Formats: sequence, structure tokens, C-alpha cells
Amino acid sequence: MEHVNPRVAYGETLVELGRENKNIVVLDADLGGSTMGKLFELAYPERHFEAGIAEANMTSMAAGLATTGKIPFVNSFAVFSAGRAFDQIRQTICIGGLNVKIVGSSAGLSDFGDGATHQSVEDIAIMRAIPNMTVICPADANETTAATKAIVEYNGPVYLRINRHDTENITPSPTTKPFTIGEPTLMREGSEIAVFATGITVALALKAAAQLEGQVSVRVINVSTIKPLDSNKITKLSEGCKAIVCAEEHSIIGGLGSAIAETMRANPKPMAFVGIEDTFGVSAHNYEELLEHFGITAEKIAEAILKVGISLAR
Amino acid sequence: MELEKKARALRKNVVMSIGVGNAGHLGGSFSAAEIVAALYFYKMKHDPKNPTKPDRDRFLLSKGHVAILQYSALAEAGYFDISELPRTKSIGSKLQGHPDARKVAGIEACTGSLGQGLSIGLGMALGLRLDGYDSKVYVLIGDGELAEGQIWEAAMAASAYKANKLVAIVDRNNVQAQGKTAERFPIDNIAEKWTAFGWRVLEIDGHNITEITNALDASDNSEQPTVIIANTVKGKGLDYAENHPAGYHNMPLTQEQFDQAMELFSTGGDV
Repeated sequence: MEHVNPRVAYGETLVELGRENKNIVVLDADLGGSTMGKLFELAYPERHFEAGIAEANMTSMAAGLATTGKIPFVNSFAVFSAGRAFDQIRQTICIGGLNVKIVGSSAGLSDFGDGATHQSVEDIAIMRAIPNMTVICPADANETTAATKAIVEYNGPVYLRINRHDTENITPSPTTKPFTIGEPTLMREGSEIAVFATGITVALALKAAAQLEGQVSVRVINVSTIKPLDSNKITKLSEGCKAIVCAEEHSIIGGLGSAIAETMRANPKPMAFVGIEDTFGVSAHNYEELLEHFGITAEKIAEAILKVGISLAR
Repeated sequence: MELEKKARALRKNVVMSIGVGNAGHLGGSFSAAEIVAALYFYKMKHDPKNPTKPDRDRFLLSKGHVAILQYSALAEAGYFDISELPRTKSIGSKLQGHPDARKVAGIEACTGSLGQGLSIGLGMALGLRLDGYDSKVYVLIGDGELAEGQIWEAAMAASAYKANKLVAIVDRNNVQAQGKTAERFPIDNIAEKWTAFGWRVLEIDGHNITEITNALDASDNSEQPTVIIANTVKGKGLDYAENHPAGYHNMPLTQEQFDQAMELFSTGGDV
């Protein structure tokens, strides 16, 4: 079944996978109604653990469950699952290489009303910095479904970043295209500027590329696996383009842009970043106005493309 | 008695692991030597030849800084050769400063960031219960470590889940890294705290083998998780360690101290 909401896609996929795979267990810290862990709880109550509002204990418990052969999915808002339980993730799960899936739900600015305390602008940076960790940020509901399936097949720690809101499905149906961890996807051909995007900014980058048609030839790449990121693949995907734009719903410090820059350090190209400029989020009445406030829009990506293009023409 | 000999052998192995000139956690190892000896050589269902047997009991060293005590027990039990102990903390040795489950057979999880072992043990107990095993999970916690809030999250959760196969053992040696807990950061009414969190509480002399084995056996039959508060002496077995203000917490041994200690614990001197 296809969804447009990534967290519903995630929750339903876990239920589907849990039917066959009895090792899947799910943990929530009183946010199951938001993370959609509640769907798994309804289907398999004995394999769902309500950890109470205690993320640190929940995350270490997941580590213990993994040592007994279970595949725990640890759900919370991204600020908490990546931030509050950082040490638990680092010490036991990542040093131990344990098969725990950390799910950062309502990620980025997508919890628009709750403000800085609940909006994750640095979760990719902190998860990406931990050795052994895989970091995945799907572009839409389809890719969330496909990624959820893929990470169950992969034995090791994973951070899965999930948006709260309905998204337009721009990636193929998960039944037609399985997700391959570590594989960036070319979404649109173009010859002058390469845009690397992740999460909701992939759709925005495609819009920007369409807006600029006839003016600049823009290539768009969906980097849904932010770590591991293969330097050769990124170099190849930017081949022929004279500059790079990176777009993400995350701080420009330590996120996708930084990751791309790191992989291209041996063959650098001019770069521009579209993201949140080293600041916390703020409350808003709706998601769109908040994205606009922080410049996470197709227009801003188009501007960045033109700017980096013009600076080169000079 | 056999277990007293084992505890002496563990102390000797600990001294061997520390060696001469390099700092090592002698004090916190010695306070728990009898407890760990009783677990590995009396109570736990485990097999050094098949260390990942699914129905084994688990031991977690939440106070991971005394990794050398667990290494000493594992080597004594035959998980690896005792001759590896002096290589502890050398670059390239599998015997890291804190237990690393990926490197050493018999280590169940990477611990040492204090306060997390009980939660990990709870997760293990829940996973084992899902699979229908009656294995027990023992977690050794330091008393200074009780300041970590996550322990109390785990304590609450364990009683909520009725994790009756989970046993916490508090090494109540009254000394933390910077000095006496009573002076640095008092942690009082420990039994009352655990009782309030829904645990069955047993309090013992943590150097008395009979009291330890009785308490471990008593933990087999419980509706609730069990905590054993073991009153111990940090550095137990060496006068200068017992009388040291921080109980010989992460201290080096001189050649003379090393030789004397090796001699003492080899010949079965009075401890």
C-alpha cells in the first residue's frame, strides 16, 4: 500500500515486516501516537515496549534486546532519540556494533509548533559523527517504506530520520524499487550545476531545477544515505558540473553539505549550501511558513544555483 | 573454601593485569572479588567453550572501569589464557580499559559509561523472556554510580515489566573516585530507595561467601527484580589499598607492591 505520510509509511511497514520477522521489537517513550509505533503496538503488543518518558533507559534497553537477537526499533522525536540518548547510542550500540535502529521522528522543522526544543537541526551531524553508524534520511513516504525494509535486512546500527508531514511521492513505489543503503539516486539529468539534496529538499531541488529550465542545466541527486557516503560515487555524480549546491532541512554545520564536502575534498568544486544557518528553530503556525522563514524552499535553492553559477562566470 | 580460593585467584589475576607502573582499578576490583567469584564459579549457567549459548545467564559489569576483574574471572574460567592478562590496555590487546563485547568472548555488552548497565541488562532479560528462556541477568553496579539518573529509570522500568530474572548487585564500598561517598556526594537509604522502586531488597556482607551465595540463590524465586546491596571494602585484601582515601582507585603499583601482592594472593595468605 502506498502512503503519502512518511511516519505512517514507517509504522505500517513495521507491522508488515513484523508479521514474518518475529525478531522485530519496537520501543516508544510515550510518543507512539506520533512516531506511529502505536500501529506495531496494536498488532503485536507483546513485542512493543512502552518505556515511559525515559529515552536513555529505552535506548540502552534496546541495546540489551539486540544482544539476544532482536531487531529493536527505538522511536522518539529526532531531538530526543539522537540528542537525549546520544551517549547510550555511542557507548553500547555503536561501539558494540549492535543491531539497533534509532528512529528520529518529527525530524528537522517538521514539528513546527513546538519550537526550538523539539526541532532537530543537528541530529544528522551528531549521528553521522559516530563510527559504525549508518544515517538514512528518506525523501518521501515511498522511500521511507523501502528504507525501513532495507535496514531490517542490514545487521548494524542505523539512524533513520523521518518527517512528520505528508510529502509528494517523488521516488518510485517501494514494490518496484528496493532501497540500497549507500546508493545516491540521480533524480534529474543536468550538465552545469549538481544539486545534492536529502529528505524533503529533494522535491524542492527538483522544483528549482524545473524553474531554471532553459536558464541553467541542473542535475538533482537524492542522497538518502548520508552515511556511508562513497566518495567515488559522489565525484562521479557531479562529473561535468562546474559547481555543487547542497540542500537539507538541517543545520549547514555537520549535515549533508559537510558530508559532501568531506567526500570531495580530494577533487573540490565550488559549493553552496542551502540549510539552517547555525541557529535553533522557532515556533510557527504551519510547516510551510517555517520552511520559508529558514529559506528551505525551491526559490532559495534556485537562487543558490544561480549565485554559484554566476560567481563562476565572472 | 573453594570460592574463597577463587576470590584470591581473581585478586592475583587483577594484580597481574595491572602490572608495574601503570594505573589500574585495583580498589573497585577487590571490593567485588568475592561477588564476581561467586557468580562465575558458583551461580551462573555459562560455558567458556560455548560463550554465546542462547540460554546462558548473563553478567554485566555496569561499573565497567573494573574490567580487569571481569577479565580475571573470564581467564580463570577458561574463556582465554591467563597469560593474556598482563597485556591489558596495551595497544592491540583485546583487553581494553573497559569491557568490549566485540573483542572478548564472555563480555556481553560494551559498558563503562556509568549508569547504563542495568538498562542493558533489563533489555536482555526482556529479550530472553520473549524467547522463553529462564536465564538470569546479573548487573554489578558501583555505589557512586547510583548517582546516575538512568539507573532509576531502569529500576522503575524493571519493576513495571516485572523483570524477575534481573538481579542488580550494588557494590557498596562507600568510596568513589574523589573520596568517600559520604563526603563527596552522599547516597543514603539505598535499601529504601530500591524498595520504593518496587524491587526485592537483600542486604549482605559482600565479602562473606555464604551470604553472597545465599542471596544469589534467594534471587531465583522472586516475583520482582532483586537487588543485592553488598557492603564491601574498597581495596579489600591489601592494607594500603583499604586505607587509601580513594580506596586505590585507578592507581599504579610499584615493583615491590606488585611482588608482595602476587606472593600474598598466590600463597593463600589471610585476606
